[in-house]
Amino acid sequence: MLNVLAQLGRVGIGVLERLGRGHLLLLGILRGLPDLLPRPGLLVKQIYSVGVLSILIISVSGLFVGMVLGLQGYYILSQFGAEQTLGVMVAASLVRELGPVVAALLFAGRAGSALTAEIGLMKATEQLSGLEMMAVDPVRRVLTPRFFAGFISMPLLAALFSALGVVGGYFVGVGLLGVDDGAFWAQMQAKIDLHEDVFNGAIKSVVFGLVCTWIALFQGFDAVPTSEGVSRATTRTVVHSSLAVLGLDFILTALMFGD
Amino acid sequence: MVGSVDKQVPLVSIRGLRFSRGSRVIFDGVDIDIPRGKITAIMGPSGTGKTTLLKLIGGQLRPSAGTIHVDGQDIHRLGNRDLYRLRMRMGMLFQSGALLTDINVFENVAYPLREHTNLSPSMIRKLVLLKLEAVGLRGARDLMPSELSGGMARRVALARAMVLDPMMIMYDEPFTGQDPISMGVLVELIRALNDASRLSSIIVSHDVQETSAIADLIYVISNGKVIESGQPEAMINSESAWTRQFMQGLADGPVPFHYPAAELAEDLLGESC
Repeated sequence: MLNVLAQLGRVGIGVLERLGRGHLLLLGILRGLPDLLPRPGLLVKQIYSVGVLSILIISVSGLFVGMVLGLQGYYILSQFGAEQTLGVMVAASLVRELGPVVAALLFAGRAGSALTAEIGLMKATEQLSGLEMMAVDPVRRVLTPRFFAGFISMPLLAALFSALGVVGGYFVGVGLLGVDDGAFWAQMQAKIDLHEDVFNGAIKSVVFGLVCTWIALFQGFDAVPTSEGVSRATTRTVVHSSLAVLGLDFILTALMFGD
Repeated sequence: MVGSVDKQVPLVSIRGLRFSRGSRVIFDGVDIDIPRGKITAIMGPSGTGKTTLLKLIGGQLRPSAGTIHVDGQDIHRLGNRDLYRLRMRMGMLFQSGALLTDINVFENVAYPLREHTNLSPSMIRKLVLLKLEAVGLRGARDLMPSELSGGMARRVALARAMVLDPMMIMYDEPFTGQDPISMGVLVELIRALNDASRLSSIIVSHDVQETSAIADLIYVISNGKVIESGQPEAMINSESAWTRQFMQGLADGPVPFHYPAAELAEDLLGESC
């Protein structure tokens, strides 16, 4: 019994210790912002790597998710004779929920895992130690640009996902299933609220971008510097980011749309 | 006194150094003096903490007890700013080279200059080409690190380590895994650079022959302690059984050939794995 308690205690202390290290790392990353501002080139390079290279998977996924929404939505709404509201359903689902959440899950899988592997390998090949010995702070020079690149890219990717999702829903609903073109757009325009829907969705994607990038960078920076350690860290990035996104989505949704 | 140039005062002075990883004691009361302008070798078998010692000297690790003074400054009492200022005068050559893999050879060598100086691009170009010329790789300036052999990567890393004209360079296992030609080139380079640039060098290595050929002073460490120190000839002819075993590469001696285990007969007759 005592052994079990001791084991639990050790696990608890380990988790708290990691959380502490993670927060200290975040603080160090944020402190690097003044160093980043005079070197926009570093940020642009990382936005390309983290954001631009994620556009393809986000675009294709957004299109398909929108098409499925159009299909499913049509069959449900047509049972109540409400298929003309398909545009609202597709847009609201995407802007409020699926856009930020699915884009964040894809972002964690594509960009997050790449960030962890890159930082972990830089640690394993002593590049981070090399920077330290060159009197260059690796947190400020390597992690800060990547963090802000993720922070900026994520909302834009979520917006792209939602926009292409609406196009996918339009293609299926209007193009294939015969929903009225004017009704599709007019209903959407009338019912989607800029603050309630678009703004809240944007806040979600900003939070998800911050959390996913933070987790990815911390896992890479904290990885055991071996091939197995980097592999485990990469897996943890995807698992932790996905759980964090889904958990935070519930909390944010409750705060934004709950009574 | 900060920035002392007194030749008699050691550049690095280590006193009563203790360091552990978990329950494993790596250093247990180590005293080492690294003189100025000389090549000092820290030797010992694999796993004795030689690389750890360099990281302690560079302030990347903190000792559990003891002090390390570099050029008169207690490195573990320095704030971040002063520590980084001191590191700008310390070069380090990592075992892997530690080149940044996303930029080419030229940019790797130029990196410290771009970070720490306001030199014009043309001046940076000249300095980088001169350093690359010194290591014989001016023609490889446009190659990416992935296109370099292990020996070339270490020479580029050496050019990078000395681009800010440091007062000392630390070499972490510079000869490991090198073919005879690369090894010969590195041995020559380390000696020549040390003398031409009036550097102080610390070489951590277990390659006895190459290191003895260029070192002015050798410290042999094992089991967390300095076993012996002295000039290379004295070390090779040492009366200490341990030093002799290490320097002459004898398979058995104070460091046993066999890892501690039960008697062979007992093991063979036993049933469990």
